[in-house]
Amino acid sequence: MQVIDMETVALRELNETLHAQTDTTNQTKWVIDNPKGAHAIACGLDAPIEVTVKGSTGYYCAGMNKQATINIKGSAGPGVAENMMSGTVVIDGDASQYAGATAHGGLLVIKGNASSRCGISMKGVDIVVHGNIGHMSAFMAQSGNLVVCGDAGEALGDSLYEARLFVRGSVKSLGADCVEKEMRPEHLTLLADLLERAESDAKPEEFKRYGSARQLYNFNIDNAY
Amino acid sequence: MKDDHKGAPRTMPIQSATFSNPVNAEIRRAAATGIYDIRGGGAKRKLPHFDDLLFLGASMSRYPLEGYREKCETSVTLGTRYAKNPIELDIPITIAGMSFGALSGGAKEALGRGATLAGTSTTTGDGGMTNEERGHSNKLVYQYLPSRYGMNPDDLRRADAIEIVVGQGAKPGGGGMLLGQKISDRVAEMRNLPKGIDQRSACRHPDWTGPDDLEIKILELREITGWKVPIYIKVGGARPYFDTTLAVKAGADVVVLDGMQGGTAATQDVFIEHVGQPILACIREAVRALQDLGLHREVQLVVSGGIRNGADVAKCMALGADAVAIGTAALIALGDNDPKWEADYNALGTTAGAYDDWHEGMDPAGITTQDPELMARFDPIEGGRRLNNYLKVMTLEAQTIARACGKSHVHNLEPEDLCAVTLEAAAMAKIPLAGTDWYPGKPGTSY
Repeated sequence: MQVIDMETVALRELNETLHAQTDTTNQTKWVIDNPKGAHAIACGLDAPIEVTVKGSTGYYCAGMNKQATINIKGSAGPGVAENMMSGTVVIDGDASQYAGATAHGGLLVIKGNASSRCGISMKGVDIVVHGNIGHMSAFMAQSGNLVVCGDAGEALGDSLYEARLFVRGSVKSLGADCVEKEMRPEHLTLLADLLERAESDAKPEEFKRYGSARQLYNFNIDNAY
Repeated sequence: MKDDHKGAPRTMPIQSATFSNPVNAEIRRAAATGIYDIRGGGAKRKLPHFDDLLFLGASMSRYPLEGYREKCETSVTLGTRYAKNPIELDIPITIAGMSFGALSGGAKEALGRGATLAGTSTTTGDGGMTNEERGHSNKLVYQYLPSRYGMNPDDLRRADAIEIVVGQGAKPGGGGMLLGQKISDRVAEMRNLPKGIDQRSACRHPDWTGPDDLEIKILELREITGWKVPIYIKVGGARPYFDTTLAVKAGADVVVLDGMQGGTAATQDVFIEHVGQPILACIREAVRALQDLGLHREVQLVVSGGIRNGADVAKCMALGADAVAIGTAALIALGDNDPKWEADYNALGTTAGAYDDWHEGMDPAGITTQDPELMARFDPIEGGRRLNNYLKVMTLEAQTIARACGKSHVHNLEPEDLCAVTLEAAAMAKIPLAGTDWYPGKPGTSY
């Protein structure tokens, strides 16, 4: 196991070291000590390595991640796992705004709550939040799955495309063109798999599914309200 | 005019300047359809522009260089502030961001070919980077847009520079759209959207708000790309002094400033014609911001919006820009709006030179379309040759003017080489009105 202490190692050196890991590296386990809320920790990784961050992170931790598994043993600042392509990011605490924004793939697990705009413009990622999510989450979400074991804030799924949203608790309000949809067997299967991978005890049957009414897909002046 | 009733002349019919024929036609169109007009291109209204400035040339007080033989440099390096690998260009004319989706694959290829032959850069657009344009562009700037369509770290790392798009001149504060007619299978796949839907591009970035956040976003992008490539920030011509100041504060290596004549693939006509400032009014303010920060020439300024010839390029240099970007002019060089397709333009209810319904995907020239039959009309190799020729002519023109002003590099052109022929241009560009040493608002004058 490799240990990098940010008390003594600069961000540039940290990321350069992690970027140097390739598909065939035998240094597969890394620990980052003393992150102390630094920004851009472990962003742009592209190797099958496991990175454990022992503490809370600032903006854009695990941004654009590919392949790597990144565990944050604390809370994460804005834009955690933004534009993630693949791999897994698990946050033990809470996540600030824009968690998983525009992410194309991989799995993002937030064991606490997520703030506003969780999954904004998501493009294929799977996001599981054990707690609640804030307002304007999944805004313009294109594809992928957002699972919320708690409650959702205002304007969930505004201007949604083809992403699937699953919420166990209450939804304060739905955004434009977002509607509740029928939960079919394939959705229960999908949900069971995501909950298991995210280590959640929630039952798929407890969730409601939301998606796009597809009324905004073609330009219509009547939508300009 | 016919006389009648006792021979008295009748009142001559007079068209209203306020309710002109085009205005009335638009009212009728709106009344009939209930939808605002969407089109491509930039502002069509007459605006104070570079034509309102003239070079003084050399005489007794300035010594010219020989117009055809003496060396007049045109090279420019962009991104010297922080990037390990700044972009070095042979000419100060770059190709502005235009998306695959808005343009055909062949048109993107031609832009890459022409720019590479001319020794300059081209730029991706909203929709991601295609292998064709990467392959044919020696220097490729990768746009980082609010939609993040096709955004991925691999393309980020194979770009020569990253341009964070905050706004554009055609629609400062507005998002983009690509109507369903142009969402082909390939475009849909690259953007991760269903085929045939009207695709919206957000007006603001999803994961940062304001210059303090942007500073951290830039840190992330630099970390991902190893601090190698320059980071540009593109803004529309809205509040150029403050926008430039904040872009520099956020960490830009290069500021790209796009005036309201700058084109777009598609947006509302009311937006194009009524929001933003002409580029002439923006350049000096942006330069002033850089000078106030002590960073003029260290953070480079690229300006765009209605640049058409070498005189425009030289005037931008004289006003303090480091380089220019062209979009609409490059498309015209490729063959857009060429009169040879007049019959086809007529069939679309328009005429060559006026065609701007680029969003409909029916471009007779095969440039702003995804229709395979129309695209087949366009030859990327010939397009590249034409663009290279055009860039060469613009460069020769700018050099000719610079030499006449006694300058051995186009960057040595200065405001003192210019005069203005209108009060508006004098005020906007802070250049003395011809025959005077005064412009409106000149410090030390009370008017």
